[in-house]
Amino acid sequence: MKTLRELLRDARFSLGAVVALVLILLALLSFFSPYNPTEWRVVPRDMPPSWKHPLGTDSKGQDIFWQMTFAVRNSLALAILAAAISRVIAVTVGLVAGYSGGILDRVLMFISDGFLVMPLFLIIVMLAMLVREHMNTVNLALLLGVLGWAWDARLIRSQVLSLREREFTYTAILSGTPMRKLIFNEYSLFVMPLVFTTLINNMAWVIGMEITLALIGLTNPDIPTLGAMLRWAVSYQAMLLGLWWWILAPIAISIALFVALYLVSLGISEYLDPRARIQRVGVR
Amino acid sequence: MRFVRRYLIPRLVQYVLVTWLGITVVFVIPRLLPSDPIESMVATLQAQGAYRDPAAVKQMVDTLRDMYGLEAGLLEQYLSFWKRLLSGDFGPSYFSFPTPVIELIGRSFPWTIGLLLTTTVLSWIIGNVTGGLSGYFTGNGMLKIFDGIVMFVRPIPYYVLGLTLVILFAYLLPLFPFGGGYTIGAQIAFTWDFIKDVLRHAFLPALSLSLLGIAVNHQTMRLIIQGVKEEDYIRYAKIAAVKEQTIFSRYAMRNALLPQITGLTLSLGQIFGGALITEIVFSYPGLGFLLYRAVVNSDYNLIMGITTISIVAITTLILIVDLLYPLFDPRIRFR
Repeated sequence: MKTLRELLRDARFSLGAVVALVLILLALLSFFSPYNPTEWRVVPRDMPPSWKHPLGTDSKGQDIFWQMTFAVRNSLALAILAAAISRVIAVTVGLVAGYSGGILDRVLMFISDGFLVMPLFLIIVMLAMLVREHMNTVNLALLLGVLGWAWDARLIRSQVLSLREREFTYTAILSGTPMRKLIFNEYSLFVMPLVFTTLINNMAWVIGMEITLALIGLTNPDIPTLGAMLRWAVSYQAMLLGLWWWILAPIAISIALFVALYLVSLGISEYLDPRARIQRVGVR
Repeated sequence: MRFVRRYLIPRLVQYVLVTWLGITVVFVIPRLLPSDPIESMVATLQAQGAYRDPAAVKQMVDTLRDMYGLEAGLLEQYLSFWKRLLSGDFGPSYFSFPTPVIELIGRSFPWTIGLLLTTTVLSWIIGNVTGGLSGYFTGNGMLKIFDGIVMFVRPIPYYVLGLTLVILFAYLLPLFPFGGGYTIGAQIAFTWDFIKDVLRHAFLPALSLSLLGIAVNHQTMRLIIQGVKEEDYIRYAKIAAVKEQTIFSRYAMRNALLPQITGLTLSLGQIFGGALITEIVFSYPGLGFLLYRAVVNSDYNLIMGITTISIVAITTLILIVDLLYPLFDPRIRFR
């Protein structure tokens, strides 16, 4: 609670948090939607924004505002799921590699280096193409989660390496604390904030990846996500036909989402690095 | 000799191992999927055979079967897979049959390398200089404005930035062409006119890539140099009345650049993925655009080829940067 209050003192963090909250509310609104997001021609087509349809309607005959609530919900759900999967891998690899050291550390870091260096995006495209028929939110989350952990595992490992050299580790080992307990009870507390920042950055990566994959036609366009909305708008030439509200809505929302995630993660990482915090407050 | 044993050989071993790991992943992952994707890909292609060129489909199916040797044992499949790759044979492309995949890649590769290598390196240099300046001289008003602009540019999704530039500078203000690598119909030759044409076409994609690259480098460099500024040796230098400029360029920047070199290596790795949207938005004839066409046409051979070649190209680039590293970091040279 105290941490949160201190974080909110940073204007950038609070701005990001407020925008994120609004987007979450938008996502929750989808449960009250009067329309089915997968059904076509439920409202008149190509209507500009009006009181009845706040963001207008598209050429498929769907209300863009309500469509948007589903898109935000699905994109957020995908991002959280994929980021959670890759967090589990990153934390496990980071903790084990950092604590055990030796040959196990070398092997794990070699694998994560490999993942860092490889053109992951191309591999994701290749795999997405192979499972195109079975592509849904869960499979996409699995795909992005399993491939997007390498950098964060490295960060967590370096944190554990520095924890290992601290006094309390020696005290704990000398007093006979088992490794499992040391890692889960002591280290996890220190690693938690780092897990949280990397989680947010990873979510932004997943959302961006989904949009890219959707634009080149590798996701299921019937599931409304930010990427799917953009893809429909682009493939119907919304820009050329003058249906600016159709293409502007998903773009504006995704910019808001990226900015919010970015500001929140910036706020947290500055909070974690006291040197940066001191410079911000101006105490010398 | 010590350099060779402690630095060169481990790097070379790592290079070979990572390249091997990457290509093996390309081989293994399709096999881990529950439904046999190659089988279903072959089935899709055969089903399309009615209205596609039947010879192309047959050739495609043959290479897929051959490369993955669907009936043979796993080890045998793996060996034949490598044999094909080592001889540079990825089979024919499906959408521009019967051109071999390797030839299509060869045509696109120079465009991608030209555009991305230049912008990555340029934006790395510019971003680090501005980031270093604004992190070190925190009071300067001009630099503060620059920081503000960067804060705004950084989180913009790439395709939005690209589209905005096209609308602004090709549609509203027709200064630059809409897309393409050069004017259609122009002779590809090393004449001044052609080079000027290529540069004009490359300007907008390069600008969009550089803007984001500068923003990212600027911000990381700014954070790093703020940390370096608090180090004791900077204080000592100040007390010893060393000129501010000397402290900045010789002591602060030089030390802060080292972690950034690692950053450069990683962004070189992103070259192939990052170019996709740029090349689609600007229809630039590089690897990204080729990849897009491959995806749209389910050209598995082509995607395989691009992925494999990219793995080799990236690991090689990183090896080169790694080998140059001792030139910048004296600690490595003398260890």
